[in-house]
Amino acid sequence: MSSELKYTKNTQLENLHARYTGTGNADITKYEWNTHQHRDTYASIVGHPPLLQYSALADGESIGRAKFEMTERMLQPCGPPPPRDDD
Amino acid sequence: MSIQELTDDTEALKINEERERQLKAQAASDSDSSDDEQLPTTTGKSGIVKVPTRGEAKAKKALLKLGLKPIPGISRVTLKKARGIIFVISQPEVFKSPNSDCYIVFGEAKPEDVNAMQNSMQALQQPSEGMPSDAATRAQMAALGNLGRAQQASGGGARSATADAPAEEEGEVDETGVEAKDVELVMQQVGCSRAKAVRALKENNNDLVSRCSNQCHHGCELIAPSMTRPNVFSQILRGLVRQRTLERVKTAQCCPVDENARWCMHAIAKQTHETKTEAEYTTKPSMSDTEDDQRPVRLLDSFTAPKELLNEFADEDAEPEEFSSGKSRQIAARESDYQRRRFDREGPQVRADPFAQSAQDGEQVGTSYVDTMRQAKLEREEERVRRAIEEKKNEQADQNGEDTKMAIDAPDATPRKRRWDVADETPRQITQNGDGDTTPPSASLAQQVDNWSASGPQDQPVKKKRSRWDETPVPGSETVAATPKRSRWDQTPVGGDIVPPPKPMPSMPVEFAFTDIDKRNRYLSDEELNTMLPADGYEIVQPPPDYAPIRTPARKLISAPDGSGGFTIMEDGISAAAMGVAPELPTEIEGVGALQFFKKEDATYFAKIMDGEDDPSLSVEELKERKIMRLLLKIKNGTPPMRKSALRQITDKAREFGAGPLFDKILPLLMERSLEDQERHLLVKVIDRVLYKLDDLVRPYVHKILVVIEPLLIDEDYYARVEGREIISNLSKAAGLAHMISTMRPDIDHVDEYVRNTTARAFSVVASALGIPSLLPFLKAVCRSKKSWQARHTGIKIVQQIAVMMGCAVLPQLKSLVDAIAHGLEDEQQKVRTMTALSIAALAEAAAPYGIESFDSVLKPLWIGIRKHRGKGLAAFLKAIGFIIPLMDAEYANYYTREVMVILIREFQSPDEEMKKIVLKVVKQCASTEGVQPAYVKDEILPEFFKNFWVRRMALDRRNYKQVVETTVELSQKAGVAEIVGRIVNGLKDESEPFRKMVMETIQQVVASLGASDIDERLERLLIDGLIYAFQEQTMEDNVMLDGFGEVVNALGTRVKPYLTQIVSALLWRLNNKSFKVRQQAADLTAKLAVVIKLCGEDDLLSKLGVVLFEQLGEEYPDTLGSIIAAEAAIANVVGMTQMNPPVKDLLPRMTPILRNRHEKVQEASINLIGRIADRGAEFVSAREWMRICFELLDLLKAHKKSIRRAAVNSFGYIAKAIGPQDVLSVLLTNLRVQERQSRVCSTVAIAIVAETCGPFTCIPAILNEYRTPELNVRNGCLKAMAFMFEYIGEMGKDYIHSVVTCLEDALTDRDAVHRQTGAAIVKHLALGTAGLGCEDAQLHLLNLIWPNIFETSPHVIENMLGAVEGLTVGLGPGLLMNYILQGLFHPARKVREVYWRVYNSAYLTHQDAMIPYYPSLPDLSDGRNTYDRDMLMVWV
Repeated sequence: MSSELKYTKNTQLENLHARYTGTGNADITKYEWNTHQHRDTYASIVGHPPLLQYSALADGESIGRAKFEMTERMLQPCGPPPPRDDD
Repeated sequence: MSIQELTDDTEALKINEERERQLKAQAASDSDSSDDEQLPTTTGKSGIVKVPTRGEAKAKKALLKLGLKPIPGISRVTLKKARGIIFVISQPEVFKSPNSDCYIVFGEAKPEDVNAMQNSMQALQQPSEGMPSDAATRAQMAALGNLGRAQQASGGGARSATADAPAEEEGEVDETGVEAKDVELVMQQVGCSRAKAVRALKENNNDLVSRCSNQCHHGCELIAPSMTRPNVFSQILRGLVRQRTLERVKTAQCCPVDENARWCMHAIAKQTHETKTEAEYTTKPSMSDTEDDQRPVRLLDSFTAPKELLNEFADEDAEPEEFSSGKSRQIAARESDYQRRRFDREGPQVRADPFAQSAQDGEQVGTSYVDTMRQAKLEREEERVRRAIEEKKNEQADQNGEDTKMAIDAPDATPRKRRWDVADETPRQITQNGDGDTTPPSASLAQQVDNWSASGPQDQPVKKKRSRWDETPVPGSETVAATPKRSRWDQTPVGGDIVPPPKPMPSMPVEFAFTDIDKRNRYLSDEELNTMLPADGYEIVQPPPDYAPIRTPARKLISAPDGSGGFTIMEDGISAAAMGVAPELPTEIEGVGALQFFKKEDATYFAKIMDGEDDPSLSVEELKERKIMRLLLKIKNGTPPMRKSALRQITDKAREFGAGPLFDKILPLLMERSLEDQERHLLVKVIDRVLYKLDDLVRPYVHKILVVIEPLLIDEDYYARVEGREIISNLSKAAGLAHMISTMRPDIDHVDEYVRNTTARAFSVVASALGIPSLLPFLKAVCRSKKSWQARHTGIKIVQQIAVMMGCAVLPQLKSLVDAIAHGLEDEQQKVRTMTALSIAALAEAAAPYGIESFDSVLKPLWIGIRKHRGKGLAAFLKAIGFIIPLMDAEYANYYTREVMVILIREFQSPDEEMKKIVLKVVKQCASTEGVQPAYVKDEILPEFFKNFWVRRMALDRRNYKQVVETTVELSQKAGVAEIVGRIVNGLKDESEPFRKMVMETIQQVVASLGASDIDERLERLLIDGLIYAFQEQTMEDNVMLDGFGEVVNALGTRVKPYLTQIVSALLWRLNNKSFKVRQQAADLTAKLAVVIKLCGEDDLLSKLGVVLFEQLGEEYPDTLGSIIAAEAAIANVVGMTQMNPPVKDLLPRMTPILRNRHEKVQEASINLIGRIADRGAEFVSAREWMRICFELLDLLKAHKKSIRRAAVNSFGYIAKAIGPQDVLSVLLTNLRVQERQSRVCSTVAIAIVAETCGPFTCIPAILNEYRTPELNVRNGCLKAMAFMFEYIGEMGKDYIHSVVTCLEDALTDRDAVHRQTGAAIVKHLALGTAGLGCEDAQLHLLNLIWPNIFETSPHVIENMLGAVEGLTVGLGPGLLMNYILQGLFHPARKVREVYWRVYNSAYLTHQDAMIPYYPSLPDLSDGRNTYDRDMLMVWV
């Protein structure tokens, strides 16, 4: 691939990632990818009322509580980030 | 000077050489130039009798009746416009009224862009600075190329005639080879010295006299071609005219001018001094000639034309494209006087940063706020004192009755910006005594550069003005620097009757004067002499102390045109240093690399890096400086990749370099006069990036940056303004509000209006960046400043600018903003009151339609104000009211409109143009408000309005014209069609065409918005009558009449039936008119009227028109032919194919040859007509005829215009439908074999269209069969046709997907990438078309074929592959695709991972939600710290 193309591709990727945080790249870690997946899943449940109602019912919680908890869990759905290697 | 010329041997020698070369060149070009000479002579004979246009002749007759007298001998009239554009009427006929200073000028006015000319001329001027010699003139003429020898001859004669007095002393001249009587004749003709005459004769091969005597009679023919070369033109003309050959020029004035282009122009010129004008007519305007003094041209001071005439042109230059081709890229060249005042601003000091850490520690760098304020106060005081002195002087002068003398002697009384170095010299400045000993208005470039670096030497010696004429140059750089640059061609010759007033000549840096020296002509340097001369036995002696080498090379050396054939030895290894002067302009600089360009001005800025030395002895600071310069040079002049990397570097290292060194280099570059748009843009970009990095480090330089950036805010270029705003807003974010205020505070009441204006704009940017509320307290304080009215004025202006810039975003702060400035309406200063009113207008405009309650406090003063004020102030108040009234409730609006209308009606009569415009606008605004009653408009406004504004004069100025039309249309909304049209309908028969046009346009707009149902029978008759008259009488070529006619007739509908016979007979008559324009207009009108004629049931008329148009199809003017065909098509449309007369079967064969016409309008019109016939009446034409047309249409497939190609492709569809697809298809498929790509592509589109219109089953077998042809183009064409086809047929594809799968298998496994690419395109469209229609099996098969191709790298191929994958994702769902993707997301090879992630991301963008169930479950990855179980979906009730 020519350097020019690479360059534009990278900027495209950056733009893309800035707009859609869930997008990935070749250097993504398993932690990052999984976190995105979890967040997407929570967001999807919260965003589809029937699904939310269903899981609230399964947990025996009120819908509002279920929603709140899911939103809270979106912060660090897979636990704290692993320590960085270069530190 | 001529004496010097002769005494200097070497130079005289050079001149001689030059002459020889010239003569040779002449001899060589003799054969060419003889043609040029012949031409004018013959045309001159035939064109002796000038045929004026009818209108012109009429006008002249009328003028002569008035007792005007023709003035002979005027060869050129020049009208000056803003921005250096001038209109020139060459060879005018001028009439003067006997008892007043009114002049009437007839002639063809041509625009001439002085700035552009100036630039190009400067390039040509270089070799001949200072006083021009004859040889230089000729060299220049030779450079000008196509001027024949004839011009050279007369040019030479002219020049020799205008040579200065000392030239006559040049002594005995060898007269051999020249006939004495010729010399006599020349002397007599041009009034020069004998020596000059002889010389001129010799130069011109002794041919002068025959030419001169011959040509003076045809002077104009000679001159006319040189009109485009104004300098030569003026020389010739000056020579001829000055030397009393006026009458000759005049007799020769009958040069053939294109009668079509000729138009009459009446310029009524005022003039104070008749004799002066005569002289001035003959002189070309003196161009500003030095780089430092680029004031616009002073043209004839005493020669003006009425405003409306000038504005007529002004409006034209409001349309920039008209002159854009000649528009200068140099920013300074197109700036107005006002904008150029930015160069007068002093180099600001570095300001201390009170917030910085060092400041708190007690160290101060730069001037503090206190210092600055003190300085500003001093400046104001000084200004005051200076004014007082001026006044006193003037008073004294008045007393002595010497006012005339004073006016000349006294230095410019307008306040001049104080220079940076004046502080130490204040006493000298104040006690100036009228001997012109002031600092020159603009300092030299070198000085300017120094101004900017705070560390630079602060006390430059003030250069004394010297008389240039008698001066012996002194050696050293200073002399050369002081040698002024003069452009030659416009220079008034000395010894003539006009002596140019000696001006202070701004000095130039050394390099400028020397760069002109040709490589071959330059002096030998010491080094070179050392190598050439023997070293032993000689000694180098010191020159005597009083020896002064004469170094005025620039004006004596004539550089021959480069590469003109002279023998040169290629010299290499002569470095810039060896030249001892400025180097040639390099394109490659050590440490920088190859540049795109390098201007000589750059050499001054980048001198330090030019020498290429990178001395290890340099200090760190110096190295850093050089590094910055290199980066800047790369950014400014480098190629895009260089620029990009340099920009990144300079940004990354910004903090390392520090603000000081960076801005010391960047800002002077931005103030360079020869700066071009692109360079400015790049430098501004650098500042922007650097600012971001420097952040608060920038504080001490805020003022410096502002001084450079503020002018951008008033630039005429929109993008420059946006850039300027961007920078200032970033600056204010970096430096903080407090610092911005303290920096700009001193400029708020600056003595110079320019500074205040730009500061106000900058403040408004700060307000928008940091929010209005934060700036509000400061604004309130400034607007109430008691110290100076300037501060209040600026404060209020800031509010205005905020409103203009932020629009409706002012609403939250509207109340406080209005309150802050409200008191300004009652200020004691007129200017403040005016500005307040304007600010309120801007606020109201920004707030519309909300916020009336905020304006409560200003209503009363405004309404009182309009009774108290006159003139400009009143205009501003009215403007404010005009914007406030539309915000009001209906009731209030009505009341206040009545209040203000009294004043408005009074001002209807105002002669002031500005006032007129505002009044019109306010009337429009008032009339459009809800509360104003129709009765009121009819009774109160209309009578006065029509009396004052519907006059012929208003139609002459385009801006007024527009305003009047707009306002009238607005009034008509209240008053109704009948009222308005009834009042103006008689204007359609007015004798002034512009007025008729204005009437027509108004009627058109009124009728368009309100319809014609109000128009009664009488009015209708008048209207139609007027329309026909106006249409018949029009001479201007625009569509106003046409559109108006069409609009009105269409609005009247069946009511025009009684008049149709009359209209159509006029049309028929005009269709046979001699002028093709008239025919074209008639055809256009026919097209517009066809519907109405049909509506009225006048089919006979239509068929008559159709037949006449049919007969006209042989038309030779393509524009007209296009209109005729369009008209025919319009008729065919309304009457239908069956009733069409001429019958379609006759019409279509007639069209076939016309299709070959290459004119776009014809092509488009005919293809539309044919398409229409093919669509509606294909059965009337034989299949063979249609096939013939098909073949013609193939050519149209490669037309440039898209609409033509589209129409052609559509026609294929119609024809295929009419005569069956087989034949058409075979034509198209055969066309796939042609070489031309465009043609092939269009054929594929056409095939797809045929498939769509006739059903895919008719085409797919043929295409698949054709695909078997073993030829790449054909196979690709087939695939492409299928791609288009599946795109067009969409869902229908489900019936065909299985039949093309095998073909696609073959295509997608082909070795040729284009094959696979096109195959992928088919798959994409197919998958999208068949999504959800149960074709998953075939789609999955195709996905398997596509998937291996995702590793393609060629951009087009991969784009199509990914497109196909996306299409299939839609068809198959992301879950299935996820199975493919997951294979490679964490592949060990990075290249694989990258591609898979790309596919993943694109799927993620389109199907994020649908992908969630398909995310892999990864509980095995969990560790103590993180859990990756995704169990939220694992619930079951």
